[in-house]
Amino acid sequence: MPQYKAKVTVMFRKSILDPQGAAIERAVKSVEGDISFPDVSSVRVGKVVELIIDGLDAAVIEEKVKLLADRVLANTVMEQYVVEVEPFAGESCNGRE
Amino acid sequence: MGANKAKAAVIVFPGSNCDNDAGRAIKAATGVDARFVWHRETSMEDFDLIVLPGGFSFGDYLRTGAIARYSPIMKEVIRQARRGAKVLGICNGFQILTESGMLPGALLRNRDLLFLSKDVYLRVENNNTAFTSAYKEKQVIRLPIAHGDGNYYIDDEGYKRLVGEGRVVFRYSAPDGATEGMAPNGAKGDIAGIINDHGNVLGLMPHPERHCEAILGGADGKWMFESLLNAVGGQS
Repeated sequence: MPQYKAKVTVMFRKSILDPQGAAIERAVKSVEGDISFPDVSSVRVGKVVELIIDGLDAAVIEEKVKLLADRVLANTVMEQYVVEVEPFAGESCNGRE
Repeated sequence: MGANKAKAAVIVFPGSNCDNDAGRAIKAATGVDARFVWHRETSMEDFDLIVLPGGFSFGDYLRTGAIARYSPIMKEVIRQARRGAKVLGICNGFQILTESGMLPGALLRNRDLLFLSKDVYLRVENNNTAFTSAYKEKQVIRLPIAHGDGNYYIDDEGYKRLVGEGRVVFRYSAPDGATEGMAPNGAKGDIAGIINDHGNVLGLMPHPERHCEAILGGADGKWMFESLLNAVGGQS
């Protein structure tokens, strides 16, 4: 059975203040030297959930993972999500690369 | 006391840490012995009051309350809530209630990213509920908070609805009862606790169960348990 990697990126909705992002933005702005970014704005923090799934049809997997994202992985009151599905050929364990 | 026939349960999740406090508070306030029910149970006898206690269920992984919401017992909690049982969600319990859709809105990370552990003042916004009938209207009480994710959020439309229907039950306040800007966590409208449209499910971030005996620093929380158990169990 082929394997697919579903990647779910969860971010706060734009209307939600992200205090972690704001704190990181302040820190980034205060960094000096060759990695200083005085003009940075709108820093946001989210999370990425990866799932390795056995299946034959990427489209079916994508639809199902979208439902999972909508009901479980994201809380749509405050978060939005993007689902990407691609064929996976690596070892199906954490820490692979 | 002791004649109260109400039946109370405290649900225990992995990572709950205020479950015993809740049981003790119920006993201290009303004489009722609460049953502790493990989250893996799929059914339980009918209760008048079900407490979802504070803590860090499932280590707060994914989002606070997000995994507990899928514990087997939650289907039963929802069934009993539909039957009219009173459900009280304290702190992490409030987060579980919003995650499960039993209460609207969501609890975000505290505005200043700090875990807040201290006593706060609250104003009782609605004392015409089964949870708050023993308080006076607009009474200012003092309860402890201990949370990292208590920044209540709801969209503007939902907020108007909550306010219009009297479902904002507690707001953070100053000792004199002024509420504006008093939420230590950034909560919208300084909301500390809300109730559902049927008036039988209440969630709040502060911990009434920790202030039920003067020797523990305060007793303002006791009246919530008295209100509840007298409402459902009667007392002779």
